[in-house]
Amino acid sequence: MRHILSILVENEAGALSRISGLFSARGYNIESLTVAPTEDATMSRMTIVTAGSDDVVEQITKQLNKLVEVVKVVDLTDGNHIERELMLVKVRAAGKDRDEMKRLADIFRGRILDVTDKSYTIELTGPGEKLDAFLQAIEPGAILETVRTGASGIGRGERILRV
Amino acid sequence: MQLTGAEIVIRCLQEEGVEYVFGYPGGAVLNIYDELFKQEQVKHVLVRHEQGAAHAADGYSRSSHKVGVCLVTSGPGVTNAVTGIATAYMDSIPMVIITGQVPTHAIGQDAFQECDTVGITRPCVKHNFLVKDVAQLAVTMKKAFYLAQTGRPGPVLVDIPKDVTQAKAEYSYPKTISLRSYNPVTRGHAGQIKKAVGLLLEAKRPMVYTGGGVILNTAAPQLTRLLRLLGFPCTNTLMGLGGFPGTDPQFTGMLGMHGTYESNMAMQSCDVLLAVGSRFDDRVIGNPTHFFRADRKIIHIDIDPSSISKRVRVDVPIVGYVADVLDEMLKLIESSPQRPDAQALKEWWGQIKEWQRKDCLKYDRKSALIKPQYVIEKLYELTGGDAIITSDVGQHQMWVAQYYKFDKPRRWINSGGLGTMGFGLPAAMGAILANPGATVACVTGEASIQMCIQELSTCKQYHLPVKIVNLNNKYMGMVRQWQQFFYGNRYAESYMDALPDFTKLAEAYGHVGMKVEKPGDVEGALREAFKLKDRLVFLDMITDQAENVFPMIPGGKGLTEMIFAEEL
Repeated sequence: MRHILSILVENEAGALSRISGLFSARGYNIESLTVAPTEDATMSRMTIVTAGSDDVVEQITKQLNKLVEVVKVVDLTDGNHIERELMLVKVRAAGKDRDEMKRLADIFRGRILDVTDKSYTIELTGPGEKLDAFLQAIEPGAILETVRTGASGIGRGERILRV
Repeated sequence: MQLTGAEIVIRCLQEEGVEYVFGYPGGAVLNIYDELFKQEQVKHVLVRHEQGAAHAADGYSRSSHKVGVCLVTSGPGVTNAVTGIATAYMDSIPMVIITGQVPTHAIGQDAFQECDTVGITRPCVKHNFLVKDVAQLAVTMKKAFYLAQTGRPGPVLVDIPKDVTQAKAEYSYPKTISLRSYNPVTRGHAGQIKKAVGLLLEAKRPMVYTGGGVILNTAAPQLTRLLRLLGFPCTNTLMGLGGFPGTDPQFTGMLGMHGTYESNMAMQSCDVLLAVGSRFDDRVIGNPTHFFRADRKIIHIDIDPSSISKRVRVDVPIVGYVADVLDEMLKLIESSPQRPDAQALKEWWGQIKEWQRKDCLKYDRKSALIKPQYVIEKLYELTGGDAIITSDVGQHQMWVAQYYKFDKPRRWINSGGLGTMGFGLPAAMGAILANPGATVACVTGEASIQMCIQELSTCKQYHLPVKIVNLNNKYMGMVRQWQQFFYGNRYAESYMDALPDFTKLAEAYGHVGMKVEKPGDVEGALREAFKLKDRLVFLDMITDQAENVFPMIPGGKGLTEMIFAEEL
């Protein structure tokens, strides 16, 4: 099963490799990993999307908590949460496809950030499935380049992760 | 007060009460060595290879409950020490490793003797630090000692670039320290403890299985009291030997791959299992699926939450220091009018005694060749069971675990988790320095001893009278045993050809060497060796080449699927 782990970690050199090293050393998988400092610059917030049985995810959580630099770990999928991912996609937009591409971007509430006479660069935000759906809606040959951030997540309502 | 980084390192060691540093100098640590030279409080032991430094610090810690400290230079100094660091990590030994690094401006430039020390050691330390600012040095040293000893102990490494050892900073050593990201749970959950006690008092076929956690947390007195109070049988893991007296009638011997028949059968047949400071590893319970075919309730006490329900799902997990949790359990049981069902317990002991009658550790006592088991039995007798015994890894290690009855904790020093050949001799050096006057023997084999044999020189320099008992069967015995059982007697590269004359070798290093070839000479040789109190004696015992360790659970099999000597 897919899980989204939110991790507060000391913003120190080496913390990221300690965490990614833990996943590779113990054979856990990482679907995506995002990290950036929080409002408190001494701390970073990391979102890791992983998959595994309940036993495996329990072990991942325990092993993460064991790392000295990890302050807190929460499995967002334990409760209501919001998940968002950002994608930048460069598509071919020439001739008769150009208008269709613009329409499609609008339908998915994408924003066109850069335009040439042959291409558009579209920014799209949403849950991972929405970004997948957009890519599937385009003819594969039209996709020139994609870049995705991986998921970020936050609990709904009063669910707050902080020290 | 302004001090250089090197002065700060030494001051911190002094503040921590460090008695011995095991190390080897080199370019990046020269400033630190210069400061060591100028003082007398912290003594340095010069090993002959950095692996030996890490093992010696480790043996020092295991035999004394103090933090082991080692000091090595950058690059190869570190990479040589890695085996020793990983050994300590697998067995949760509190150590602080100080490593030199190339100057900060040279880091990443592929400088001479540069390696990514924090990167290389990251997976085999509890934590590590690269100190780039001398102002952070003292607080980092404090953190290192704090982390090494608290929670689940382990090695912590501090990597110090050479320019940081030269730079100056205001020095003050923090008295205490707290880290917001590091708060190990230390007190067991009261509700869980109550539940556990309830289960124990209701048990009809109880079993207590304890590991290295009991030794590390000095919980042997509590464990012994609990067992005497309840009258339950107890088994120890390889790392847990000495946690409960080996000569006690309630002790059923070690369990696991080379454990006793009675311990393994009781593990499988019990209805309530109390696991204390142990981790259900593959050498202990064998195949977890087979283990789970039996229906039993499991209580698991451990300081590390990630050890709980890792390989085996448990019913009552209790996270906390085992000594404290056992104290709480004792309080509850002592204040409760309820006692375990005496009739059920009597029947259970009847069953265990029946298993014991199998006499699974019997061996041929009439052999014309020296049986290794016999050597260990004699060693036990002659040392009154009170020596500190270190070992390397393989058959000899298992024979000590089976035949030497450890009544006290911290007497049995071996590499259980990583299984590091070459551990025994340097670990014995650490043990003898931590326990002046104690009898320290290193039981080894002709393959293992050669992996750190250079430390014979260190033993000479510091007058460390280790008694080396070399069970020499001219094979990597455990490898040969597996090849005999599972690889159709094809002894691929397990034969130790071109062995040195160990007697002469010991003499060349300035020690006493003895070669023993007949069973009748074993006792006399051991006596003579122990009489030479202030000398290192190398006893080269030429043993039966074909002897195997029994019982044995083949890899992947279950606890009750043991093979025995008579079956072969």
